[in-house]
Amino acid sequence: MIIQVFGSGCPTCKKLFDLTNKAIAELNLNTSVEYITDIQKIIDLGVMSSPVLAINNKPIIVGFVPDLEKIKTAITNNL
Amino acid sequence: MFYPVELLANWLTLSIFSITPKTLLAETVNFFIYDTVKIFILLSVIIFVVSIVRSFLPPEKIRLILSHKNKYLGNILASLLGIITPFCSCSAIPLFLGFIQAGVPLGTTFSFLVASPMINEVALVLLLGMFGWKIALIYVASGLVIAILSGIAIDKMKVENLVESFVYQNQANLKTDLPNMKCPDRFSYAKNYTLDIIKKVWPYIIVGIGLGAWIHGYVPTDFLARYAGSDKWYAVPFAVLIGIPLYSNAAGIIPLVSALTEKGVAMGTTLAFMMAVTALSLPEFMILKRVMKTKLILIFAGIVGIGIIFTGYIFNWLLGIR
Repeated sequence: MIIQVFGSGCPTCKKLFDLTNKAIAELNLNTSVEYITDIQKIIDLGVMSSPVLAINNKPIIVGFVPDLEKIKTAITNNL
Repeated sequence: MFYPVELLANWLTLSIFSITPKTLLAETVNFFIYDTVKIFILLSVIIFVVSIVRSFLPPEKIRLILSHKNKYLGNILASLLGIITPFCSCSAIPLFLGFIQAGVPLGTTFSFLVASPMINEVALVLLLGMFGWKIALIYVASGLVIAILSGIAIDKMKVENLVESFVYQNQANLKTDLPNMKCPDRFSYAKNYTLDIIKKVWPYIIVGIGLGAWIHGYVPTDFLARYAGSDKWYAVPFAVLIGIPLYSNAAGIIPLVSALTEKGVAMGTTLAFMMAVTALSLPEFMILKRVMKTKLILIFAGIVGIGIIFTGYIFNWLLGIR
């Protein structure tokens, strides 16, 4: 499973990255979160807002930072 | 509509803080409480509603609409859609790349880039709360006109060669399967977004309204008229120039300038100043340098700046005759 956070380097994007890390730690998942700041990659994904949480190259959360529980459910639903 | 807030402000000023009625201090405190409560109520309601609307119209859908429209219609639509899109400078680049690489014309993209920060919900609430609906409407309408005309002008200038070459080398992926949002998702998105914005802007608003209340009470009426009245031709361009570096504080500046208009700054000058604060932002220009040449940023800033100055003169002239 590939978990990626895409952002343009703004503080909001960093927050989503930190929360996602926390989420996989609490879910005891044996994977790591990749943080990508190449904006072209966001466009290639088909979206235009940052930050983005993508699992296996599918955008799951686009354009905002939800709370930790939401991220956890989003990850478990898309495993 | 805000009568209960008025009662609350009176009660707090006179009974709780026990300030002697009808004094300058009582009036200033009352003004501050009333405006602050009113603005925060308006902010919560309007941002929440706009967020719900936006959850149905994310930029990815807007792009799909814009890539199929002819040029002039595209400029108009792009400006209108810019109103509901939030704009923080961190989304300027993905929006720009996403639009251009999907085949949206450069002029249309610029219409969107002008309207989106200039006509945002926070500015709208503050204009509505501090100046009333007429001025808010004038602001929105002239903002739209500036956005549409700037986009058309940039389109006519054929400046595609001033966009960094890598931008046109990629094609955007248009097969977006955006995450499906259900009703509770929209609500929680809107709630989070509203709280987020309020958390970000409240200190500026409090300081802005506080300074405004102080000016309202303690600075003599028409004190500024001899420097910035409608007969002073240099006031408008000067206001636009000082507006450029002030973007991050737009939320605090509107309550402050509303107090300044009371003290004699002409309304057109105030409008131009607020438009410069929101639409011409130095940090955004720095970020845009990653996708376009400096010359294009200067052209963009120049056209929008001229539009704003022109608007300032028009309304100084129109609203000056009373």
